[in-house]
Amino acid sequence: MENTLTDILSKHRESGGNIISLLQETQEVFGYVPKEAVLFFSDELGIAASRFYGVATFYSQFRLKPTGKNRITACCGTACHVRGAERILNNVKRELHLTDEEDTTPDGQFTVEKVACLGFCSFAPVVLINGAVHGKTTADPILKEIKVLRKKNK
Amino acid sequence: MKNETVIRVCMGPAGIAAGGKHVIEAFNDALGRSGVSATVKERCSTHQVGCVGLCARDVLVEVHTNGNKTVYQYVKPDMVPRIVEEHLVAGTPVREWLVDEAYDAFYKKQIKVVLADCGRIDPEEIDAYIAINGYEAGRDVLQNWSPEEVIAEIKQSGLRGRGGAGFPTGVKWELGRKAPGDIKYIICNADEGDPGAFMDRAVVEGNPHSVIEGMIIGAYAINAHHGYVYIRAEYPLAVERLHRALTQARERGFLGNKILGTTFDFDIKVKLGAGAFVCGEETALIASIEGQRGMPRPKPPFPVNKGLWQMPTVINNVETLANIPAIIRKGCEWYASYGTEKSRGTKVFALTGKIKNPGLIEVPMGITLREIIEEIGGGIEGGKSLKAVQTGGPSGGCIPASMLDLNVDYESLAKVGSIVGSGGMIVLDEDNCMVNMAQYFVHFTQEESCGKCVPCRIGTKRLLETLDRITKGQGQEGDIEHLEKLSHGIRSMSLCGLGQTAPNPVLSTIKYFRDEYEAHIRDKKCPSKVCKALLIYSIDEKVCKACGVCLRACPAKAIAGEKKVPHKIDQAKCVKCGSCYDVCKFKSVMRD
Repeated sequence: MENTLTDILSKHRESGGNIISLLQETQEVFGYVPKEAVLFFSDELGIAASRFYGVATFYSQFRLKPTGKNRITACCGTACHVRGAERILNNVKRELHLTDEEDTTPDGQFTVEKVACLGFCSFAPVVLINGAVHGKTTADPILKEIKVLRKKNK
Repeated sequence: MKNETVIRVCMGPAGIAAGGKHVIEAFNDALGRSGVSATVKERCSTHQVGCVGLCARDVLVEVHTNGNKTVYQYVKPDMVPRIVEEHLVAGTPVREWLVDEAYDAFYKKQIKVVLADCGRIDPEEIDAYIAINGYEAGRDVLQNWSPEEVIAEIKQSGLRGRGGAGFPTGVKWELGRKAPGDIKYIICNADEGDPGAFMDRAVVEGNPHSVIEGMIIGAYAINAHHGYVYIRAEYPLAVERLHRALTQARERGFLGNKILGTTFDFDIKVKLGAGAFVCGEETALIASIEGQRGMPRPKPPFPVNKGLWQMPTVINNVETLANIPAIIRKGCEWYASYGTEKSRGTKVFALTGKIKNPGLIEVPMGITLREIIEEIGGGIEGGKSLKAVQTGGPSGGCIPASMLDLNVDYESLAKVGSIVGSGGMIVLDEDNCMVNMAQYFVHFTQEESCGKCVPCRIGTKRLLETLDRITKGQGQEGDIEHLEKLSHGIRSMSLCGLGQTAPNPVLSTIKYFRDEYEAHIRDKKCPSKVCKALLIYSIDEKVCKACGVCLRACPAKAIAGEKKVPHKIDQAKCVKCGSCYDVCKFKSVMRD
């Protein structure tokens, strides 16, 4: 990991970036912001780790935990909300036995995330499954897709 | 060229989702068999978001023969052989599959300035933009105009900030010009945060060079040599196209040192926003570009005097900047001829929700809501009745159906308690609960509150708690008055625009839909049957055919029964998800 972090840091120094871009680059590589990365940067740059966490927890883009193998992203923007996004999300979470606070299944297979808006408002409600857009959808096809993915991963 | 037959299949994201690929395959297949020679092309594939058209009717297929264009809607692969046989071989279009008058009505009342070339030109190719006179306005301004003339022209045009607040752009530039300092910045705010709006994204993805050209002209007007585009990282395609456009502009000498054949230096950097609604506020946005938590600070000093790195900074929204080249090219009188006296020009809206024809629209300011909803949008879908229109997102308000003849401009919307905002326009029908809408928006602003000032941080939390209680059937007498009092406090005491406008959805829904609040509080009922905790599902034994469909659909195993025995819901187990209600073909599940 340390080599990767050194690479990120030297690139970052060259481009004259800031804490936000450094964390963005880190997340790009690891899929989340690992604690080791924060401590490493903190030591190297002489910036308190709390400053990194202050930024990382302020912006919704940053994740402090790894994501599951499959990512289900439910858009909860206004257009999706008025067309039943919440019911889809609830059904998906129930199917995966996730409580309100949890977003990743214990086996690391699925992460369910809620986003403010994906900009696909004309065909709300929208759910992304591993990046693929499912527009004007209901819970049923999404649950079916989850079952397919589950079988595939077994 | 003229006798060539071209078939264009919509491959925007909606087109892809609706199976555009299979339609293309079907065409190639059927054409091969019939022996007709025609070219099958992808449409919208270069403009991947909300293709500024009627993507609700995808897959749309255009057939161009002998200079005539015919458009088919909702095309599925199994429809293709008939289209090929009857239309391409025999020459008679398949009437019942053609688009109807609503398709033309969608475009008729629109006037496109910002969106004029979105979806028409290839956004990844600078020559496509140059071919439609791109960068001519920038070149002309830099070579022949004084900065003061530019500012006067923009002031004359009446253009106001399209990000939401509506501050006159020309005045902002003038303040930027006059602010003392050698180093100045111009920032393009492309951090579209309103959930339910995608105007800026569509412009950056559809015509990034128009934004860059607008920035060049603005930079010249205020004498800035450095620009930033602050754009959401959640818009990967927009970011990619922007980078590509910037590289191309640099290669042509439109950015960098001594640009457009003059001695003026100007270049643009891209900063990725990391997802914070509050960064729409100017001082928070600046903090974010500097790499800090995006928290606003008190004003004055205004950014135009002390902004990025403490230097004079002008911040303009994407749509505002995309208007600039057209205004310079066609003149301020032309632009000012659209709109109303105080709100000139056009505005882009994301028309969504319970509308027949959702999409991105651009209309002259002052158009009535009725024209937008009924003519462009084609009315409410599913024969339901309109309840309200929500504009301005979490900072805006709801306009009831009774005010449909309201003009859409900055002043008229403010008068009824809403705002134009960045351009979200969400249509609500009888099935939408207004208390739930208020709760939804306050939930959003409460989560997005940066936490710096107390009225916003704690005030929105208390608002949300009260709304949560009401929607759970635990409302009390006096709650409405409490919400109003709290709202006025938050509005007058919060530090920035987020807090000052956060109560708007609450106040406007109370103002126009007080009866819905009362029904929740007094009768413990949700008239629109949205608030889960207030609903009871039961099965009418006389109607139930004991088919077992709801039994299988229930995720909580709360329904008991077997073949020939009417089913019954165990209220203690019911999670009120509504699955049984949706699947019952005999309408035996009752929701009260």
